[in-house]
Amino acid sequence: MADMDLDKRFDIHEMAKNKQAEIDRFVCSIYCCHSTGCKSSGSDDLIDLMKNFIAEKEAEDKIRIVATGCMGLCAQGPLIRVEIKGKKDVLFKRLDKESVAEIMNDYVWPAINTQGDFLVPEKLQEHILSLDLPFFTRQEKVVLQNTGHMDPEDIQEYIARGGYLALEKALKTMTPEQVVAEIKKSGLRGRGGGGFSTGMKWELAAKVPTIDEKFIICNGDEGDPGAYMDRSILEGDPHAVIEGMMIAAYAIGATEGWFYVRAEYPLAVERLEKAIKACKKNRLLGNNIMGTDFCFNVDIRLGAGAFVCGEETALIHSIEGARGTPRPRPPYPTNKGLWGKPSCVNNVETLANVAKILLKGADWFASFGTETSKGTKVFALTGQVEHSGLIEVPMGTTINEIVNEIGGGVPNGKKLKAVQTGGPSGGVIPKEYMDMPVCYEELKKVGSIMGSGGMIVMDDTSDMVSIAKFYLDFTVDESCGKCAPCRIGGKQMLSLLDKINKGKGTKKDLAQLRKIASAMQKASLCGLGQTAPNPVLSTLKFYEDEYQSKLVDNKKAAGEN
Amino acid sequence: MMVKLKIDNFDVEVESGTSILDAARKVHIDIPTLCKHPDVDPSAGCGMCIVKVGGRILRSCCTPVAEGMEVVTNDAELQETRKTVLELILSNHPNYCLKCARSGQCELQDLAMRFGVDHDEIRKILAPTEIDESTQAIVLDPAKCIVCGRCVDICQNQQNVWALSYQNRGLATKITGANDADLANTPCIKCGQCAAHCPTGAIVEYDETQKVWDMLKDKELFTVVQIAPAVRVALGEEFGYDFGENLTGKIYAALRRIGFNKVFDTNFGADLTIIEEASEFVRRFSEKDNLPMFTSCCPAWVDYVEKYYPENISNLSTCKSPHQMVGAVAKTYYAQKAGVSPDKMRVISIMPCTAKKWEAHRHETMSSSGYQDVDVVLTTRELAKMIRQAGINFKGLPEEVADNPLGEYSGAATIFGVTGGVMTAALRTAYFYITGQELGMLNFAEIDGLDGIKAAEVDINGTKIRIAVVNGVGNVEEVMSAIREAATNGEELPYHFVEVMACRGGCIAGGGQPKVMMHGLPKPWGINDEIRKLRSKGLNDEDEEAKNRLSHHNKSIKQVYDEFLGKAGEGKAHELLHTKYRQRDLYK
Amino acid sequence: MVETSQAAQIANKWRKKRGSLIMALHEIQDVKGYVDWQDAVDVSLCMGIPLARIYEVLTFYNFFKLEAPGKAVISVCTGTACYLKGNDKVLEKFKAELGINEGESTPDRMFHLQSVRCVGCCGLAPVCVVNGKTYGRMTPDMVPQILEEWRQAFKEN
Ligand SMILES: Cc1cc2nc3c(=O)[nH]c(=O)nc-3n(C[C@H](O)[C@H](O)[C@H](O)COP(=O)(O)O)c2cc1C
Ligand code: SF4
Ligand code: SF4
Ligand code: SF4
Ligand code: SF4
Ligand code: SF4
Ligand code: SF4
Ligand code: SF4
Ligand code: SF4
Ligand code: FES
Ligand code: FES
Ligand code: FES
Repeated sequence: MADMDLDKRFDIHEMAKNKQAEIDRFVCSIYCCHSTGCKSSGSDDLIDLMKNFIAEKEAEDKIRIVATGCMGLCAQGPLIRVEIKGKKDVLFKRLDKESVAEIMNDYVWPAINTQGDFLVPEKLQEHILSLDLPFFTRQEKVVLQNTGHMDPEDIQEYIARGGYLALEKALKTMTPEQVVAEIKKSGLRGRGGGGFSTGMKWELAAKVPTIDEKFIICNGDEGDPGAYMDRSILEGDPHAVIEGMMIAAYAIGATEGWFYVRAEYPLAVERLEKAIKACKKNRLLGNNIMGTDFCFNVDIRLGAGAFVCGEETALIHSIEGARGTPRPRPPYPTNKGLWGKPSCVNNVETLANVAKILLKGADWFASFGTETSKGTKVFALTGQVEHSGLIEVPMGTTINEIVNEIGGGVPNGKKLKAVQTGGPSGGVIPKEYMDMPVCYEELKKVGSIMGSGGMIVMDDTSDMVSIAKFYLDFTVDESCGKCAPCRIGGKQMLSLLDKINKGKGTKKDLAQLRKIASAMQKASLCGLGQTAPNPVLSTLKFYEDEYQSKLVDNKKAAGEN
Repeated sequence: MMVKLKIDNFDVEVESGTSILDAARKVHIDIPTLCKHPDVDPSAGCGMCIVKVGGRILRSCCTPVAEGMEVVTNDAELQETRKTVLELILSNHPNYCLKCARSGQCELQDLAMRFGVDHDEIRKILAPTEIDESTQAIVLDPAKCIVCGRCVDICQNQQNVWALSYQNRGLATKITGANDADLANTPCIKCGQCAAHCPTGAIVEYDETQKVWDMLKDKELFTVVQIAPAVRVALGEEFGYDFGENLTGKIYAALRRIGFNKVFDTNFGADLTIIEEASEFVRRFSEKDNLPMFTSCCPAWVDYVEKYYPENISNLSTCKSPHQMVGAVAKTYYAQKAGVSPDKMRVISIMPCTAKKWEAHRHETMSSSGYQDVDVVLTTRELAKMIRQAGINFKGLPEEVADNPLGEYSGAATIFGVTGGVMTAALRTAYFYITGQELGMLNFAEIDGLDGIKAAEVDINGTKIRIAVVNGVGNVEEVMSAIREAATNGEELPYHFVEVMACRGGCIAGGGQPKVMMHGLPKPWGINDEIRKLRSKGLNDEDEEAKNRLSHHNKSIKQVYDEFLGKAGEGKAHELLHTKYRQRDLYK
Repeated sequence: MVETSQAAQIANKWRKKRGSLIMALHEIQDVKGYVDWQDAVDVSLCMGIPLARIYEVLTFYNFFKLEAPGKAVISVCTGTACYLKGNDKVLEKFKAELGINEGESTPDRMFHLQSVRCVGCCGLAPVCVVNGKTYGRMTPDMVPQILEEWRQAFKEN
């Protein structure tokens, strides 16, 4: 192991110390969400306004504005959290220029100039979002630890919050085998949907000899429409993912890293680019990182609007500059991946867990979650729910806790009907199963999947046949067309569903729907086609009556026309 | 390394890396397939070949065996799934069997029969499509395409032409040229290998049989027909003969019964080609004129050079291909001799090849007689159709001989149809031209077989001639790079003489050859390396048994030169038997 | 070699990097809004990639446009959150108002209508984006207003 002092170029401990001291000098920190959701509801203007205010008051050494990643409650955005030394943190919601000006004039400025308590004035009460809400208190932030609490574009802040310590630990005190063993012991499973043991995958990848090159690929394609966990992580804490990737690279002997990010995420790409640049500048990427023998570089490649490119072999084809069509496995990418070289594909959230595990230990990580599903999981909670947004909970939290406590229940006096997980590959979970713990195994039991973390709440007005059709529409649109069962089967299922939905279907159509669904599951080449029937089959399983009532035969029997 | 496994409770031992599909065939289980072809990387597209391993459903065509594996190839669930998949494929396929060139020889139709499909179970989804006949060599009917990807792999990865491609995605996926260009406006070289590998009738030859029937019907016209070397060892497959059986005599007999006035043989033209090409090579070699010299009898290769290597056009031999030489001589020398007006003469070539359809009008020089030298090119498959249409019982035919003088040929001509054959035949004659003596050993083992690039050094009285033989035009890149590199570095040329045949194995496996199912044998139909070897053997055997194995000893050839052509490569011979080249754009 | 076209310059910039075809096509589309035949030919020549492959890619990925779209590109989100909150009706309204279908441009090349799957603002669902400007909590009634706003904007320029 190289001695730390050998590398005088850059010392993370020193940088952390200096940065923390700098932060501590401020009396007041204002965190303004600067992620896609809040940006599009105007947070840029608010930041400008606050900065002008500070300039006017010449308060540059008292107040700092931190443009952060997503704070989780995008529906209430733009959001601002004001932290003043000696005072309670306050979170403001649904802001516009006027209200922010008031916050600055009537709260922030008097408050920092007042000893002791200072209450938020009455007129701003409607903008206050209580930090005591279960939405905040019931979450457990491991992956999202930093998002919303720091400027993702400032590597020093990341380092001040303990960033790159795990990398240092791995490079300087652990062998690659030890790193793999630690991850394996933690029980971390892939967050991209498959749920395969990350430690095991790394072990397989490490075993394949690095002849000239070996790659680690970060899958940031996140195609599930209604899920934005990976985007929020990349936008809010890009260094965590880079650090995770570097540790993975060290563990498996990878020579180069690739980020594959969907083109619809320009902000995530921009933040990632800046983070990579900062790493290069600070010699955290390149040759002899931290003065060790470890050499590693990364690059970014964009998707171009194809959900199937989230599938690892399709993703590899896409980077190679071809159509994103999957290919049969074996050979698995760990043996034959990008340009035929061994390649390990990991999801964004998976990698974002890695540094924390190394720092705090496998046992700490495994203390969250259930027997087989360890750690926490980030969910994008959307649909008919009071607090829709980004949340992180320990595996095994029940659906009830997530929807009714954290999410605040179904709004507008409606009742919960079901929750959908796993996006277009998943299924519905009826309200009867609300006490089910959310983990890989339990979800499978009821015919859904964990997927990447989309969780959609439906109230009792939702029409299940339309929901199923919505998802199928998506998968048919996104089928790559390579294999017959998915290419033709999906379209046939869709037209049957359409017919049923229009009240023209027969019992025979319903039987045929089931038959094609089954053939698609069994004979499709990749996960997209294999799982595309799931939304239909799971709604059929729990809400067959809704299908039946639309059939011509039954309507006739019931005397309708 | 050998791997032991169980398939449906039968023990099997196979080489590691073998697919489950091939392993199952060892124990006589024919798992249904639609997209897999031994010449092509598995696309895993159809989903018909599914089997179970440890309860998991896998594709047998692309899953390698593993030690101790237990495979189930057939149970109720697999059966039903396969049938539904087939019904899905058929739901996206028109019921055109009655009017389809592949009917009776179609892998999809065969599966439908095998599964007892007797009605449209699933409602049809058919998008309007247009047929692409632009090349007038092959026809692409997207309606019949099942997107198996075989043709694309062949055209892109093996032929390295990149005419065909996938466009769009999902159910809109279409096999066509870039941005939906018609094939004639793409780099397509008309090799027809896509047609040779298509499991259905989606890509077939451009059918010109009716044109020929019309000519035969017209009593004013004098029809002359010729057959290429590779046709004689393949046509029989269409009539139940073994692969590679040489049926020259019966084919002549069939052609007479169809009604052609004269039956000639392209092999005569092959001998003529050798006289011209060997003389050309000897001259160019001694003068160091545009070496290496490339053979020019494969029009797909010629097209490829004109498109992808225009800077090498001058390396091509200027010799026309054998059937074009026959056409030119027929409409001049023979027309005079027989007292037929050339404008009333029609020359029909039966070829293993779709590119020859294009060749017949590829350049003004293809009308050296004053008329188009070859009027119609039919493929072997089209000839089989005509024989059936004429109601000829092929098996019962006697063996006949060709008409003279354009019917005599040597063994050297016969082997034109197999990779390495043109080179071998040319060297036999070149040796004689240089040394005045006959070559002792008539074959060159180094250039035999199916390797993509074969190279050898031939010693002709102390002069070393370096040769290369390429089959499968996609393999040519390596040879061309070596040549280019040597030229840029001012080094000695790696080769002096290069034979290129666009099709793997040469013309015996051309794009117009029969695609018959090997009855009782597993699929796929049509070409594969087994068949290539058998057809090659058919030609090589004829050469070995031939009384004369040297082109320059063909008496009719001598006669034609004496009576008409004069000296090889000069005057009339040059005017009639040589051609020119021009650069062509990849896209129009 | 092609020298001067914008597409050629971009392609030349990317050619030495691995796995860069899609990146080059993105950049071309970024500067001119679409990738046409001549651009594809230039990329093919500069990067040594067969044109057939380039069109395989262009026609596979939803993102790429082969023709110039209308000046205002209207993206109606049809992601799950927006769908559940009724964006299908907003899409229908756009279609009716403009008289075009998804993926089409108006004859005057003013508007291009497309549906996209989640623009990342589910919190504001249902959402539409016009040339980068986000409209949250959409209702069909807002459609004519938005179209008018953009018509005015183009008139002023
Ligand atoms: C149709 C399809 C889409 C997928 N989309 C994604 C995705 O968007 N992001 C992702 O990380 N994994 C996705 N996956 C899973 C990947 O193939 C792969 O398993 C994963 O990236 C591995 O990383 P992990 O082990 O860290 O989860 C998808 C799989 C399929 C079949
Ligand atoms: S299942 Fe669908 S997406 Fe997957 S390979 Fe087949 S056609 Fe493509
Ligand atoms: S391709 Fe085959 S199945 Fe289709 S119409 Fe022709 S013969 Fe029939
Ligand atoms: S096989 Fe069927 S379709 Fe063909 S001719 Fe006979 S009845 Fe008609
Ligand atoms: S004929 Fe040859 S070059 Fe033309 S499309 Fe078919 S395979 Fe490609
Ligand atoms: S044209 Fe024939 S070979 Fe090509 S994809 Fe279609 S069915 Fe397959
Ligand atoms: S090139 Fe092929 S088709 Fe032509 S004469 Fe030779 S063997 Fe016959
Ligand atoms: S090798 Fe023979 S069959 Fe094939 S394209 Fe060339 S001449 Fe035709
Ligand atoms: S699902 Fe989420 S990420 Fe996607 S658009 Fe809706 S709020 Fe945004
Ligand atoms: S984007 Fe601002 S809270 Fe999520
Ligand atoms: S998937 Fe195996 S033969 Fe088609
Ligand atoms: S679903 Fe419309 S913005 Fe996300």
